[in-house]
Amino acid sequence: MTAPARSPATGPAISVNNLTRRFGSFTAVDNISFEVAPGEVFGFLGANGAGKTTAIKMLIGLLAPTSGEARVAGLDIVKQTEDVRRRIGYMSQRFSLYEDLTVLENIALYGGIYGLTNDEIRKRSSTMLQSLGLTDDLVGRLPLGWKQKLAFSVALLHEPAVVFLDEPTGGVDPITRRQFWELIYAAAQRGTTVFVTTHYMDEAEYCDRISIMVDGHIAAIGTPRELKQKWSVLSIDELFVRLARPT
Amino acid sequence: MTATLHAFIVKELRHILRDRQTLTILLLMPLVQVVLFGFALRSDVRDVRLVIVEPQPDYATLALRARMIAGRRFKIVAVTPTMAAVEPLFRRGKADIALAFEPDFASRLESGEHARILLAVDASDPNTGTTMQVYARAVITAYEAELGAQRGRPVHIVPEVRMRFNPTLESVNLFLPGLIALVLTLVSALMTAISLSREKERGTMEILLVSPLRPWQIIVGKVVPYLGLAFANALTALLAARLIFHVPFRGSVTLLLAECLLYSMVSLALGVLVASLTGSQRVAMLVALLVTMLPSSLLSGMVFPIASMPAFLQWVSNIVPARWFIIIARGIMLKGVGLEYLWKETLVLAGMTLLLMTIAVRTFKPRVA
Amino acid sequence: MNLRILRVLLRKEYLQIFRDKLMLRQMILMPFIQLFLLSSAATFEVKTANVYLVDLDRSQTSRGLVDRLHASGRFAVVGSSASTNPANDALLSRKAGMILGIPHGFERDVVNNRHGSVQLTFNAEDGALAGVTNSYVQQIIAAYARELGAEVRPMVVEAPRIEIRTRGWYNQELDYKDYMIPGILVQLLTLVGTLLCAMNIVREKELGTLDQLNVTPLPRSAFIAAKLIPLWSIALAELTAGLMVARWIFGVPILGSIGLIFFAACIYLIVALGIGLWVSTTVDTQQQAMFISFFLILVYLLMSGLFTPIRSMPQWAQILAEFNPVKHFIGIMRAVMLKGATLADIARPLLILAATGAIALTFAVRQYAKTSS
Repeated sequence: MTAPARSPATGPAISVNNLTRRFGSFTAVDNISFEVAPGEVFGFLGANGAGKTTAIKMLIGLLAPTSGEARVAGLDIVKQTEDVRRRIGYMSQRFSLYEDLTVLENIALYGGIYGLTNDEIRKRSSTMLQSLGLTDDLVGRLPLGWKQKLAFSVALLHEPAVVFLDEPTGGVDPITRRQFWELIYAAAQRGTTVFVTTHYMDEAEYCDRISIMVDGHIAAIGTPRELKQKWSVLSIDELFVRLARPT
Repeated sequence: MTATLHAFIVKELRHILRDRQTLTILLLMPLVQVVLFGFALRSDVRDVRLVIVEPQPDYATLALRARMIAGRRFKIVAVTPTMAAVEPLFRRGKADIALAFEPDFASRLESGEHARILLAVDASDPNTGTTMQVYARAVITAYEAELGAQRGRPVHIVPEVRMRFNPTLESVNLFLPGLIALVLTLVSALMTAISLSREKERGTMEILLVSPLRPWQIIVGKVVPYLGLAFANALTALLAARLIFHVPFRGSVTLLLAECLLYSMVSLALGVLVASLTGSQRVAMLVALLVTMLPSSLLSGMVFPIASMPAFLQWVSNIVPARWFIIIARGIMLKGVGLEYLWKETLVLAGMTLLLMTIAVRTFKPRVA
Repeated sequence: MNLRILRVLLRKEYLQIFRDKLMLRQMILMPFIQLFLLSSAATFEVKTANVYLVDLDRSQTSRGLVDRLHASGRFAVVGSSASTNPANDALLSRKAGMILGIPHGFERDVVNNRHGSVQLTFNAEDGALAGVTNSYVQQIIAAYARELGAEVRPMVVEAPRIEIRTRGWYNQELDYKDYMIPGILVQLLTLVGTLLCAMNIVREKELGTLDQLNVTPLPRSAFIAAKLIPLWSIALAELTAGLMVARWIFGVPILGSIGLIFFAACIYLIVALGIGLWVSTTVDTQQQAMFISFFLILVYLLMSGLFTPIRSMPQWAQILAEFNPVKHFIGIMRAVMLKGATLADIARPLLILAATGAIALTFAVRQYAKTSS
């Protein structure tokens, strides 16, 4: 098994070209294209039902695109799905570590799946416990905020090139949210590309670049500052409301 | 308050009607069960595979052979001269009974000596084993009497046999009331238990509990749609019984439907109780299986006669609602009796409903908090 | 397949199973409850039939007949009267299963005309039972008639006699438990294999952990193997416990080889697990999984000959039963335990099971791959 590598120095971390997904007559994602640079924190915004989750599911290989193509960490998401999976991390909006296993058991499970050696697993889990300030308890007994931070750390366990976070801070208190974003920045600092969806517009302002999806299209894309200037609004919140409710 | 309750029942009905897949399963599955099991479940013994062990064929052994297969209950699968061939056939499950003649069978009969026959039965299933043996003996005894009649003027006692309530001895007439009970239990108890505990698991129950609805109203709202569903199932099952199996309906159909409704209510009460005592869907399901489905199918007399059970289980069967319902349903359908014979069983069911409902309503609220 | 990944996953499965105390307790209790409850409840054995007597003759001959019924030990007179109304009542209220009516002038007819008649009225709700009881009574009456014949006018030449000896092989005491317990063990394995397997996988679907695993490079084969192996081993442990209870508490004979029983069980479990896996691919919630597995198991069990003999079923049902893995495994268990069957004796059903297992598992794995990508 090859050691998980960072994204190649050349080329974007994610590149999407005319990606489309239809369910029957309904088009959930309609011909979207964008790029994300390595080490970037990319905010992927949109109202409920705008097509965010469908897009993410295609990028992480849970859903096949109807047409178009996309590359993640330089690899084709359709033809090289298995290789893509080695290089990405994923954290869903539903908490999805095993609540009936302990912290260390969860880490050992995912470490094993990604082919880390026992030594690596031991080393990384002790660092993780330390930096998060956790003890080895059943995951189900942890407060929600801790669970989310743990899930994020586990998603980074195999040092993926890109990590996908689907509404990672839902239902979490403001202090924990702040701490969570510190973790995100630290990961980006180490070169991991972060692809994050959120409903909190203040979080959107923390991102390097954001895109806003409306009805399957990308209605706006750029740095938060660029977008605010272009649409002459004071906040992303205001922009979001204007785009999502055009009338 | 009645308006609130009304709105709530309508909401519950919408839930059930919207989930087409589950609804189809709930309406079709019972029908499939009744039809399938009605055709396939038979406790009578037929097509018995017979081995004849015949060292020397003579007119008497041939005559008995012919009489054995004349009734169509037995069919001869092998004729061998020695017993040695029987064991392997039994072990492979290729034969069920062996009839072994001793040598010189006919000449012994004529000389007035006792002519001997050995009946060896695969008795691993004791019920079938005994039954096969009784039927085989009957054929041999009849032949013996026939021979006696040729010799002199024996005494005849002719039994005039009447099979009351089920002249054709159809198994389906016996099992069908039980199948209806099983279906009603499945829909009423199991589905209610799971539906209620799902609301608990998802937290929607708390919303209902803080609403102005009182606990009994929530239960009624939950229960009424399932009661309707159970009634629909009872109707289809009864229609299948009548049109497909020609099960007799000698008594009052109205009374039967009313009793079905009563039985559904007991089951629903049981389902509510299970849900209020358990925390998750998984546990509710397992408990519901254990306290409703298992006793309803095994301790109710549906397949296995209660009289054959050990005293302890006979005693336990008294608290199984299905037991009483099956007596009622068989009474009405096969015997054509009415409340004058069934008032006791009906009262038992009514009492159980009342008791279970009261306990369920009492335990319902505090457990959710 | 990567063995290390498999080991990591197996560790996770076993940890989860042994941490779920409720489930664990149920799995330990299940064999005991089922064996105790089913083996004593599931019996057709009827010791005595209740007779209501309407004897209008009240003669020595009529009393003689009643005595003969009594002496057989299979009939108990629960009441008698001189009119038919109370007798009918007894039949309707299920106090009696049979009415024996002896008409006025019975003795006179027998002595003078050598021809008498009696009336037998059965509660035939349970048709099979009524049929057997009827056959018994008829034999007793025939024997009594012969006795009377000899008394009334002894014959010069003795009537021909056939002496019947009976032997019940494999189960001489006619103990119903011996027959039911092998089948109950099969039911146990089916529940663990199919129901628990389906529920276990669907639970991961419901919790979202399955999606999490699906975005990892985890091979499907490893995932499926890690799901099936623990349940397979638990089912075999249940079988061991069940066999011990059967042997030492219920005294059920195990005439054949224990190794053969386990060999057949290993093959049967592949079928059961394959079906469980297939169910898990077709549903989204535990409720649906339970409903479908439960329905399948019910059909399989009732059509397997566990409770009612297969050969009594109509032709089409017998043909369907050939495709029922439960039927074959019950046949194997009964043959090996009670009859001491050898591998050669059970080769055919065993081959059918193996083929079914291969088909079920392949089909389920295909289906699983299809739905999860």
